[in-house]
Amino acid sequence: MIREAYVNALTLALFALIPLWAVLADEPFTITLMTRAAIFAIAAIGLNIALGLGGLVSLGHAVFFGVGGYAMGILAHHAQTYTALSEWPFLIEGTKSMPVIWLAAVVLSALAALVIGILSLRTTGVYFIMITLAFGQMFFFFAISWAEYGGEDGLSIYVRNGFPGLNTLDPIQFYGLCLGLLCLVLVFAWKLAGSPFGLALNAARQAPVRVETVGLDPTRLRLVAFVLSGAIAGLAGALFADLNRFVSPVMFSWQTSGEIMIFVILGGVGRLFGPVIGALVFVALEHWLGGLSEYWHIYLGLLLLLIVLFGRGGLIGMICGREAVHD
Amino acid sequence: MSLILLIEQVLNGLQFGIMLFLMAAGLTLIFGVMGLINLAHGSLYMIGAFCAAAVAAWSGSFLLGLVAALAGAAIAGALVELIVIRRLYDKDHLDQVLATFALILIFSEGTRWIFGSFPLYLNVPAYLSGPVTLPGGIEYPFYRLALIIVGLAVAAGLYLLISKTRLGVQIRAGENDREMIAALGIDIARLYTIVFALGAALAGLAGALVGAIQSVQVGMGEPVLIMAFVVIVIGGIGSIKGALIGAVLVGLTDTLGGIFLPEIMKLFFDPSTATSIGSSLASMAIYVLMAAVLILKPSGLFGVRA
Repeated sequence: MIREAYVNALTLALFALIPLWAVLADEPFTITLMTRAAIFAIAAIGLNIALGLGGLVSLGHAVFFGVGGYAMGILAHHAQTYTALSEWPFLIEGTKSMPVIWLAAVVLSALAALVIGILSLRTTGVYFIMITLAFGQMFFFFAISWAEYGGEDGLSIYVRNGFPGLNTLDPIQFYGLCLGLLCLVLVFAWKLAGSPFGLALNAARQAPVRVETVGLDPTRLRLVAFVLSGAIAGLAGALFADLNRFVSPVMFSWQTSGEIMIFVILGGVGRLFGPVIGALVFVALEHWLGGLSEYWHIYLGLLLLLIVLFGRGGLIGMICGREAVHD
Repeated sequence: MSLILLIEQVLNGLQFGIMLFLMAAGLTLIFGVMGLINLAHGSLYMIGAFCAAAVAAWSGSFLLGLVAALAGAAIAGALVELIVIRRLYDKDHLDQVLATFALILIFSEGTRWIFGSFPLYLNVPAYLSGPVTLPGGIEYPFYRLALIIVGLAVAAGLYLLISKTRLGVQIRAGENDREMIAALGIDIARLYTIVFALGAALAGLAGALVGAIQSVQVGMGEPVLIMAFVVIVIGGIGSIKGALIGAVLVGLTDTLGGIFLPEIMKLFFDPSTATSIGSSLASMAIYVLMAAVLILKPSGLFGVRA
């Protein structure tokens, strides 16, 4: 069995070296693929805080991904059409500045997670899965009928948003930005899991009654985890929208929620690098199997099925053994 | 807004709700008896529709198509249970969600591979087409009325099966205490396969019946699946009665919401805004209904446990 730390280091090395190779070999598409993987990894790390640490099986994380995406789409749309987003009570104008957009995406998706969390955390188990799915559908259908921002067709942004000192249209510079954020989010998730809050949350998943007995409120712990989780997924959504320069209701669809969950489970639930490896392997499979056969979803499905049935703890669990935090 | 239109829409809502019930009954039965979340239930609906369309086109007989739908979905269900699902009973919901999500990918792409990307069409047979005049002079499509009648008959049959037969006793016992009925000498593995095949057959029947109104295509099962989940969550997971009431509620909310919400919005906004807000509210209505029910009753209207 290989130590998990080595696998983690190897994963980070791949994220650093593959794009470097791609620049030297002049393969910009590989850089785009790695950018996709990095962004999906951020979203999946977000979900893993709720899922792995908190034991909250949310089938609605596409809501936060989509809110982040639409935050970017709407702000940039108003900036490029020179129209104000709102004039009253405050004048809000569009922007093409990434840091401002990220802040808006994080705050708005955290707010959405707060409201959805308060309502959904009244239920548990399957009911929680289903109510989060239902909120996802509400946002999906709302986005479809929101004609002002493209409705079903979505919104296109012609020029990628800007970041001070960088040329974000250069694939490798935009990738560097995404990788930097991925590392920040990883450090955050790592610190969080080891913090008193993370430990209490972990305990609330394993033994809620005991946690309550020592005077902590499991529901409040879960709510905070859900909000943090949603905020990170929202950041990923804003980046994803910027990568494609396009947002559409698909970001809100339940298949998107399912995919984010696949990243986490494929890599290993409750492991720091599980979501990262899951996202990387998924993007690689999508690219490789997609080139192999038109019907690549069959192979993807079979592979997932084999991992669920025979591989405990996802890919990391299969490589490193030992049970994950989540059991 | 005339009374006749209202009655027509109520009938449409009822018909939609009863078709949802056929889907939801299988889902809730499988969850109640085996504790399994089956996201691939929509694929069985799709398989039923494709079997019906293919066999009806080949034989020219709609009834033979229905038989093929029932048989095809039941066989697919039994095979899936034997090969995959039985390994998932003692796993947590997370693994079940992922494994059945993987099954959706396999079934959808497999169907696309066999039948291609173009939709198939299943025609309503001559003896079921045309309008029928209801008391009060309302003209209503005969086929839709037949769907309501067939659906209600199936609901009644299901009720009798579960409350009066030996199999029903075993199913109810399986919901409550599987160790005990295994100890009494009942073959649990066989019971589970039968329940799963039964649920699959109901989904396949729904797919075939609805396939004659809509087109038969890959991915047709997913929207219905989500609605069926909404139904069983509103009704309370594991309760057949809850599924029936939930299905009718969802069917009526969805159909009547689509007609009346834009009209109601016209009282407050100008016509184009009203139509857009109204239709967006209408497509969200059933999810709002579900969230409201769960917030008030976290385990559904007739749910006994979470």
